[in-house]
Parts: sequence; C-alpha cells; structure tokens
Amino acid sequence: MIHDQANYERDGEEVREPLLSEKGEETVDVTDESPLPDDLTRDELTLPAPSEPEIARHYTRLSQMNWAIDAGPYPLGSCTMKYNPKFTEDVAADPNAAVHPDRSERSTQGNLELQYRLQEFLAEIGGMDAVTLQPPAGAAGELTGILVTKAYHEHHGNDRSEVVIPASAHGTNFATAATAGYDVVELPSGDDGRVDVEALEAAVGDDTAALMLTNPNTVGLFERDITEIADIVHDAGGLLYYDGANLNALLGRGRPGDMGFDVMHYNVHKTFATPHGGGGPGAGPVGVVDELAEFLPAPQVRENENVSGYERFEPDHTIGKVHGFTGNWLVLVKAYAYIARLGDEGLSDAAAKAVLNANYLAERIDLDVPHGPFHHEFAATAGERDAADVAKRMLDFGVHPPTTKWPEMVPEAMLTEPTEIEGQSSLDDLAEAFNLAYADTDEALDAAPGRTAASRIDQVSAARNPRLSWQALDGE
Amino acid sequence: MSGTPYAPHTDDETAAMLSAVGVDDEEALFDIPPDVAFDGELGIEPRTEREIRAECSRIFGRNDDLTEFLGRGHYGHYVPSVVDHLSDRAEFLTSYTQYQPEISQGFLQALFEYQSLLVELTGLPVANCSMYDAATALGEAATLADRVRSTSGDVVLVPGQLREGKRAVLENYCDGADLTVESYPTTDGNADVDALADRVGDDVVMVYAENPTVRGCVEERLEAVGDVAADGDALFVLGSDVVSLAVLEEPASVGADVVVGEASALGLPTAYGMGLGIFACSDEFLRQVPGRLVGASEDADGDRAFTLTLQTREQHIRKERATSNICTNQAWVALRAAIHAATLGPAGLVDLANDCVREAAALADRLDEVRGATAPVHDRHHVREFAVRVDQPAAPIGEDLEAEGFAVHVVGEHLLQVCVTDLNADRTDELVAAFDEVI
Repeated sequence: MIHDQANYERDGEEVREPLLSEKGEETVDVTDESPLPDDLTRDELTLPAPSEPEIARHYTRLSQMNWAIDAGPYPLGSCTMKYNPKFTEDVAADPNAAVHPDRSERSTQGNLELQYRLQEFLAEIGGMDAVTLQPPAGAAGELTGILVTKAYHEHHGNDRSEVVIPASAHGTNFATAATAGYDVVELPSGDDGRVDVEALEAAVGDDTAALMLTNPNTVGLFERDITEIADIVHDAGGLLYYDGANLNALLGRGRPGDMGFDVMHYNVHKTFATPHGGGGPGAGPVGVVDELAEFLPAPQVRENENVSGYERFEPDHTIGKVHGFTGNWLVLVKAYAYIARLGDEGLSDAAAKAVLNANYLAERIDLDVPHGPFHHEFAATAGERDAADVAKRMLDFGVHPPTTKWPEMVPEAMLTEPTEIEGQSSLDDLAEAFNLAYADTDEALDAAPGRTAASRIDQVSAARNPRLSWQALDGE
Repeated sequence: MSGTPYAPHTDDETAAMLSAVGVDDEEALFDIPPDVAFDGELGIEPRTEREIRAECSRIFGRNDDLTEFLGRGHYGHYVPSVVDHLSDRAEFLTSYTQYQPEISQGFLQALFEYQSLLVELTGLPVANCSMYDAATALGEAATLADRVRSTSGDVVLVPGQLREGKRAVLENYCDGADLTVESYPTTDGNADVDALADRVGDDVVMVYAENPTVRGCVEERLEAVGDVAADGDALFVLGSDVVSLAVLEEPASVGADVVVGEASALGLPTAYGMGLGIFACSDEFLRQVPGRLVGASEDADGDRAFTLTLQTREQHIRKERATSNICTNQAWVALRAAIHAATLGPAGLVDLANDCVREAAALADRLDEVRGATAPVHDRHHVREFAVRVDQPAAPIGEDLEAEGFAVHVVGEHLLQVCVTDLNADRTDELVAAFDEVI
C-alpha cells in the first residue's frame, strides 16, 4: 500500500501551508484601549488576525499533514495507540459536567459520583485498594506514586535513598525517581530480557525505597519471577511500584495487586482509549494498597452514606497535591465511558486480541524478534539495517512505524505494539510495510520518506540553531 | 461470545491468526504464572453506548445548575464553536507525540504557532508547547531555579496570598530538590517589595510573583520585584494567564526570567480544573527547559519543516539527568488555545482582557453599595475577580448565595471572592440582587 500525504503545489513548486503570522499580522496599541493606567500595561500586541474561514482552512490543511490512529496503523511500542471511541467525546462534552473545581461538594454530586465510580473501576482492574485520579499524565502518576512511597517510608522513620529501576524501563521512571530526590540504581537486564533475580538481590538493601517495574516489560515479556521479585523487595523493606504503561496486556487476566505490587499508575490514554491528542492530555491515576492509602493526594472522594451522596476528604497523611485542581477531568470521563462500554469480557478480550495481534504480526514480518514469549508488544531487530531508516521508509507505505532504537537491550530495536484494534488484513498491510522497508536498498532508505508532507528533516541543525517561534524566523 | 466492540476480528480471522501463530487459543499466548493470574470477576457490566450516555447524563444531572462567579486560577470564557470543530478533527485528536516529524507536520506547525503566541505575550524568546497546568509549571520553574542558580540557597519565595493548592503542588516539586517554600508578605493585595527586599539573600534561589494575583489584583511594582530578585541572584518567576498577558505589563519588560501560568483561559471551557500550563523563559535557560519544544528546520528538499528539538533535555534520552520527567503533556489543549487566539486576533484578545478589567471594576462598585459588603477589598486594579469583605460570616453567605443559584468563593472568615467574565457578565444584576437578599 502506498500513502501520499497532502501536498500543495504552485507552478510545479511545493508550497507549504504558511504560518498564521505569514498570512498577516496586526498590531494593537494597548495603552490606547486599556482602562488600566499606561504604566501597568504593555505598549502593544502583534498577532495574526485571520478571518474564521481562513482559520478553518489553515487548521484543516494542517490536519491533512498529520498522521493519526483514525488514518491508519500507529503501532508505537509502549504507547498503546488504540481507537478512541467517538461516543466518549460526547459523554465528556456534557455541559452539566462542566463545573468549576471550587464548587461545593453539595452542588457537584454528579462529578463526585463519576470520580468515585472511576476510582472503583480502576481499583478493581488493578487489584488495588484506593485510587487517586489527580495525576494529569503517566509521568505525573509516577511522581505521585514515588512521593507516596517516600511519605510512607518517612512516616515509618525509614531513611531510604535509592530507587531501583531495570535498564529497560521507560525513561520517565529514572527522571521521576530523580525528581523525587532519589538516587537511581540501574538494574541490568538478564540474558532472557527479564529481571535478573540475582542482580536484584545484590542491588536492593536498606537504602532501597522501591523497585519500579513494568510488567509485561518493555519488550513484552511477563516477569515470571514476579512473586520472588516482590519478596526480595519487600524483605528489604522496599515497596514495589508498577508502571502501568503495559497494562493493556493484562486486562482481566492479571492484576498488579495480586502480584505483590504496592503502588501503580494507570495510563488511561493508553489502556483506556482516551485520545492522545498529539501528545496529551492524558491522565495517570494512581492505585495503592491499604497501607499507602493515607498518603494519597488530597482530596479523595468517598461515599457518604449519611447523606446518600459523595464527599471529598483529606487522607490522614496526604502528600498534598500533584495538580492545581482535580487533574485532567475530561480525559477521566472518557476513560470511565470506555471501561463501562467494555465491561469484564470486553476488557479481557481487548488484552487477548492485543496479544494475538502482536504475535500474528511478529510471525508475518521478516525481522527477527529476539525475546519471547511476548504479549501485547515485541521488539524486532533491524539487524544490520538502521532501525530509524527502516522506520522512515515505512512512512511511505501507509503506516506509522514502531518505536525505534529502544529499548537498548535489542540492537536496532523496532518496538511494535499493534493493539487489539487492527484486524488481520490491516496487520498484513503492516507486515508488508515492515518487509518492503526492511528489504529495500540503502539508497531507498536514505531517501525516505518520499510521500510525506516533508521529506527527511534535519534534526541536527534544528538543535544546533534553535528557532522556536515565528519571531525567530523573522528576517529569514 | 461478546468481546470488545473495538476489535474487528471475525471468528474465522481469529482462527486463522491463531493457526498462523501456531497455538490453539488465545490463552496459550499468555505467559502469566497461575499463582498470580487473575481468574475472578471484575464485576464491571458492559453497557451499550446509549446506556452509558444515559447513565452519565443522569449522573451529571445531579450537579446543581448554578451560575458560577468563580475563578482563582480556573477561568471560563466563551469558546467559539470553530475551536471545537477544528480541534476535534481526528487527525489532531487521535495522533500521538510527533516522534516521526515528516508525517506529523500539521500538529508540529500548530504547536510552533502556539509557542509563538506565548513568545509574543511574554516577550520571552522561548516557550515550550505545554505543561499540565499553572501549578505544575510553577513546580518545574522551582526545579529549574535549583539547577541554574549558583547561590548556595534552597529557599523559594512565594506571595503570602497564593492559591493553597498551587503552593501544595510547588511543595511537592520542591521536596525532591530539597528546596523550602517560604512566603513573603503582601500589602493591600500587592507584593510588599520592602519586606521582600529584606528577605532576599544568599539563601533564596527563586522569587515568584503573580500578575494578576490570586485575588485578581494587578501588581503595581513588578519591576521592583524583578530588581530585588536580580540583585539577590534569584530567578524571577512570574505567574499570569494567557488573557491577562494581552494587556498587562510584558513580563520580559519587568525582568522576568521565567513565565508560568494558565493558558487554558483560551480554548478550554470550564472543565473542573483541567488546565494548560505555560512555561516561557529567556534564552539563557534554553537547555534547561522542561517539556517539549518544536523548532523550525529544513527537510531534504530544502523546504522549511518543523520537528521536536533539543530532545537531549528530555527523559526518554537523558533519563535521571533529564530537566523534567514530563512526557505526555497538554498538546491538544495548546492547539485549542492557539485556535481560540487566532479567532480573536490581537484586537479581540485585548478587548477580552480589557473587558475583564472593566467588568470587575463595575461589579465591585455595585457590590460595594450592598449594605454589609465592601468591594473591592484591595485598593488596586483588578482583572476578572476581586475580594469582597462582608460584615457577617462569609461561609453562610456563600451557602445562601448558592441557594439563590450563585457560586462564589469563600476565602476567609469575612471574605468572599467574585469572578466575572464574558460568560456571566449578563447575570450580574441577579448576583447583586442575591447579595442584597442574603446579606
């Protein structure tokens, strides 16, 4: 399959959609207009002033230069790009839900009820006892979980300075631990791609606050020794943190709480199909076992049986807040609607189809997959080819390529996660794109992509000579 | 068998795929040890679309229908329909972060334009393409201060009048960097610059001020605040919002090193606190910026093209040495803010901001005439909102106003706060009447 992205030409020359500023700017004298004294205002403001029809065309044309899950496969490993059911948008757009966060408890029983119900759904799915919805993204969830961990240790008088993280983990884990003030102990992967239990035993000790673990891990392998891993960490007095990025593989089939995890985050924009929106907003609720519930952010929502309604409350030893208000509300509503739509069987089937799809796709591609048995994602290796070049060539074949060159344990990795939403024919197209690109000539790979709105973009000069605004382009 | 409605597999296809993989059923593909596998019921009943829409509509119907005069960091302005319709295009809404820029030029350009909007509003040359909200942006500013300031200090100074939740978030970011948050006094709703000058010393790494303040006051001595910070070699971080910035003093002109705040006042209707964090700074800190940056470059044909850039600052490359752990951000909300700003143009944006000043002054004058109420409490210019002193205890008055159909903030024993925007300006007669009624 060949895919051409939108392009416009004039006199045989390619013309890009201009910047809004290039369509004409206006300058307003602010001091003239303002009821404020001149010394409290800016002098003037210069911005584009397009008409609404021009705005509609501008953004429609821009959208035509953008790949999306509704356009075709988007198998970025660890990103879980699944279809975002349209009706969830309508549920979230309910004007009755659009209330200010400082409204009284009494006057917002509806929002509190939905928050409570979602907390309950997530607790059940993760095998956790309490859930906060406040973190606005996965990384914010990580920080929340690690701050809860830190508060727990401090409350019990334990001075622990290290967080242990497998080398194959998401970069956010390392950055999160550092943000929370911990030293990072990196755990090398075992030969089979999983946690090396002996290495773990050597790495944990009195200083260990937590082990952050993704399961299945970032090449799709289930950590079979999870019970032993949990024992090792717990025996050392540490807590076990679950990175929820790969929860899609386990829905209804395995719960972090049952595996010994104490604290976890959910990526609702991955697992629960809320749209990624070009990089956000997401939401990163955090679930914890009972012993940690008193440290969760405030406020939490619970039932108040006296008034047959819902109330906010502050956990006894709360870490405070991780978002100015209640988090990414609209995203949370969509996640509720998605979970309710699928129910038990749908969730479990989503995991089954996600795992089947990954296995089927891996079977159909000519690239080696060094580690298995994998679940919802696999890391193929481009071997002697450059994975990034193969990916660029795939762009010409009507698919988005997988995540490349990560995780590092697989050389020239192409980390692929088709999710449950692709059918057999779509997976066949995806496999064909893989195989055509992988087998293509060096020249073809170097020249790729050729059918996207832009050809290969020079990343080096973008970083060397940063131009980050249209103001910076003036005079060029 | 009912499964997910969002997988297209027919039974025949599933069988063919299982056969291609070489297993009998899907269960055989799972490598979960039996002792940790889950074979219970989650107890979540699947529903149809129609049932869920009815269920959620019923749930949300339990919210009271109040006219909100609420702000304090979360502002509702009218969002034109074109913003919904364009941002809801699936090419935007259902796309991922632009890791393959060649096929993602549209969103990258939109984010580049959003950055440019913030550059114009702040006067600072660098703006990232979003943080989660104003509070987390402030937290990130503190960690940046910790990295870039050579002073041996660990104190972050914030105004005494600051939204409690914002300070709580800041404290969590400061916790990991071993920073301490302290407040400096305010005088009649503005920073007490003399007290601040007395406090700033070697131990201070950052001075934070807001314009407008959480009480809606315009800060009158921002440049002096900036000077105090500069003299103490502390980072001057200024908090604002995207509408106020259209008319208030340009942050760069008063010496701000970093601007944080809310951009969700454009593009996002009242959304229970969901936000869009601004982060802008001077060139000096370019390589210390948290979050994503879109830059202009060229493609192989020599045409201008956009790409995420300076990614070596970010967690997926730099891991524990990254400038922040942020990954997923608020990109789509930034797109919406940019579209909203485009519909307004500079004249519309300035008008909107000026109306926020005029409406606040007009409403304060009228409430001041209510017996038992004084407004505004602070003798300052205000944007959108202002404090009201009431002779009687404020909390019962807030409840009585709610019974009359109005929501206002109760911010002290005898203090209310009222916020007026284009969305509720046509209900001020009723609000004033309700005040008359309940006080």
